[in-house]
Amino acid sequence: MSLSRTVYLDYAATTPVDPRVLEAMLPFFTETYGNPSSIHRFGRAAEQAVEDARERVARILGCTPGEIVFTSCGSESDNLALRGAMLTARRDGRGQHLVTSPVEHSAVTQTAHQLAELLGFAVTQVPVDRHARVDPVEVARACREDTTLVSVMYANNEVGTVQPLAAIAAAAHQHGALMHTDAVQAAGQLPLDVRTLGVDLLAISAHKFYGPKGIGALYVRNGIALAPSQSGGGQENGRRAGTHNVAFIVGLARALEIAYEEAARHNAHYQQLRDRLIDGILASVPDAQLTGHPRERLPNNASFVFQHVDGNALLMHLDLKGIAASSGSACKVGSPEPSAVLLSMGFDRTWALGGLRLTVGRHTTDEDIDYALEVIPDAVERVRKLGVAG
Amino acid sequence: MPGPRVVVAMSGGVDSSVAAALLIEQGYEVIGMMLRLWAEDVTAEGQACDTHNRCCTPDQLRDARRVADLLGIPFYVLDTREVFRQQIVQRFIDGYASGLTPNPCLACNRHIRFTHLLNHALALDAEYLATGHYARLQRADDGRIELLKGIDESKDQSYVLSVLRQEQLRHALFPVGGYHKTEVRDLAQRFGLPVASKHDSQDLCFLADGNYRRFLRQYAPDAVRPGPIMTTAGDILGQHTGLPDYTIGQRKGLGISYAEPLYVLAKDTARNALIVGTIAELGQTALAARDVNWISGEPPAEPLRAEVKIRYKARPAAATVTPLPGDRVHVRFDAPLRDIAPGQGAVFYDGDRCLGGGIIEQALDES
Repeated sequence: MSLSRTVYLDYAATTPVDPRVLEAMLPFFTETYGNPSSIHRFGRAAEQAVEDARERVARILGCTPGEIVFTSCGSESDNLALRGAMLTARRDGRGQHLVTSPVEHSAVTQTAHQLAELLGFAVTQVPVDRHARVDPVEVARACREDTTLVSVMYANNEVGTVQPLAAIAAAAHQHGALMHTDAVQAAGQLPLDVRTLGVDLLAISAHKFYGPKGIGALYVRNGIALAPSQSGGGQENGRRAGTHNVAFIVGLARALEIAYEEAARHNAHYQQLRDRLIDGILASVPDAQLTGHPRERLPNNASFVFQHVDGNALLMHLDLKGIAASSGSACKVGSPEPSAVLLSMGFDRTWALGGLRLTVGRHTTDEDIDYALEVIPDAVERVRKLGVAG
Repeated sequence: MPGPRVVVAMSGGVDSSVAAALLIEQGYEVIGMMLRLWAEDVTAEGQACDTHNRCCTPDQLRDARRVADLLGIPFYVLDTREVFRQQIVQRFIDGYASGLTPNPCLACNRHIRFTHLLNHALALDAEYLATGHYARLQRADDGRIELLKGIDESKDQSYVLSVLRQEQLRHALFPVGGYHKTEVRDLAQRFGLPVASKHDSQDLCFLADGNYRRFLRQYAPDAVRPGPIMTTAGDILGQHTGLPDYTIGQRKGLGISYAEPLYVLAKDTARNALIVGTIAELGQTALAARDVNWISGEPPAEPLRAEVKIRYKARPAAATVTPLPGDRVHVRFDAPLRDIAPGQGAVFYDGDRCLGGGIIEQALDES
């Protein structure tokens, strides 16, 4: 294949590891290789690294180190939060109702589904508006006497909408429920101070902020009992058994630190590129709409729907032109189903099959945006001419 | 400077994988694409299934992807489940419900591969769509494309390509058509493709277990009703379990005793009756076909002599083919022919050259 140019516009799917992060990780593969659970000096050295990482993460989240649980990924963090909180509440006779939204990541929706189908919990989905925003009033209305947990994401992975989290958390707390948020897309770009956000549980994943894949964390406010996601040797205060992935834990902490040290600079860069994409595409592509909130959105997310366009065919055309993008979430390739997120926002099928998510990152340049704006309008028109299957 | 761009319809099998490798060797810029077609959801019903007979399984997808990675070409999955279900599977069901023996591969090649997929290929600026079919193409002096049998006659698939029109053939490539199957397996080995020893895929790719009788009972129970088994004279000899359960020419498994062996002659959907008769009644001398496609683009002016195949694996039979108005033909065989099944394709050949074909509407006895 001869490609004139390759442009990566899928930073929401994953990011490259920052070389400074990689450098911080490397000694823990070959030099400081002990098991943090061991008594001896090798173990102690590794444990020190893990606890040091925990402190750094806690500093950014504005919590105590003991409130951080390391997991294998964002999905595991969400699983632990939902299943852990619901199962413990049932054991203690403290309710059995979960409130969530239709625009959550599948790590939350599928776990909620399993809790309902297999374990008999009650689940309520509050509606969202056309910008995918959850109304705190709706959350308050959905809460019942037996509501254990409200789970609403911080920022949406498909359309980038940022939720009014503090108000939603306040509504949950008024009704005696805990508040969990999937902050996987937000981490690295939006403030993560858990006290300001008012959340009790918060999930992040390192590979979304220039850390490695395969490592995540869950903030669990002190005093919350969670049934473990994985039982065994009692690591992570008995919440997540399994030998610590020391190098990756170090990598997550370093990546998070760098992200927040440099957030102002990066966010300004993202926003400028994002707005060029939004303005350029809306100006040049007919029957196109911006998806997500026009202002309350992630700095790096430009997402659209195109009427009568097969979003997956569009991705194929863009890939052949060297542009890496996504139709929504990276976890749904090859599905002709319209995006559930877009449907819940009120788009009909003729629009909801034609989603395109462009997400910029640290390495995106103005020339990349020029190229994308040159290629995308033509690709959309070609795919539109083919029609939508089914 | 890369050669012309071509999209290869990859299935994960040996033929399409070798097709892709050959095109790369010939200097084309190759893009792999896999059609995701509708197939029964086996896990929902929990039935056992013979996965060799299903298309688009996760294994086949993985195989196709591996081959594409190995060849260093881009690879995409085109989801055509809904179109395939509506246009191919539903017509298959409707066909059986009206007493026909449909051949979904004919419709699939025309409507899915060489319409839907070809349109996608052309929109990507590809000049060609290649498949792993055993058939050959040749440009005639007047510029028209001729469809020839594959070199390996035992694998020849020109039958299922007889539905293609000039504007489709102009964009078609069949890279393995000039090889024998054994050579293709050797080529797969030479190219280092991990599929050299895999089975051939089967027709009716959308069935979970290769059992279309079970499939019809499940998806079109109304099409499978018991009824009488009758002679041509109208004598009732017994009960059949449902017309789709029988094939034209079938002898065994009728469950009736008679002085002579009896064969299935026809299906009378109006009376839901299975018509049986003796071997003497079996042969028919002619057939009528509809929806005829002429590879050259137009019907011949005169009746023509041809060899006619009445199903994919049938031996060609000498006949006179008379074009009729409305894309129809009348085919008269030199000698009576057994097992003419309405719904199957009747495909006309002049030696290796496929002239075209149509869908058998009716077997005729004109002796």
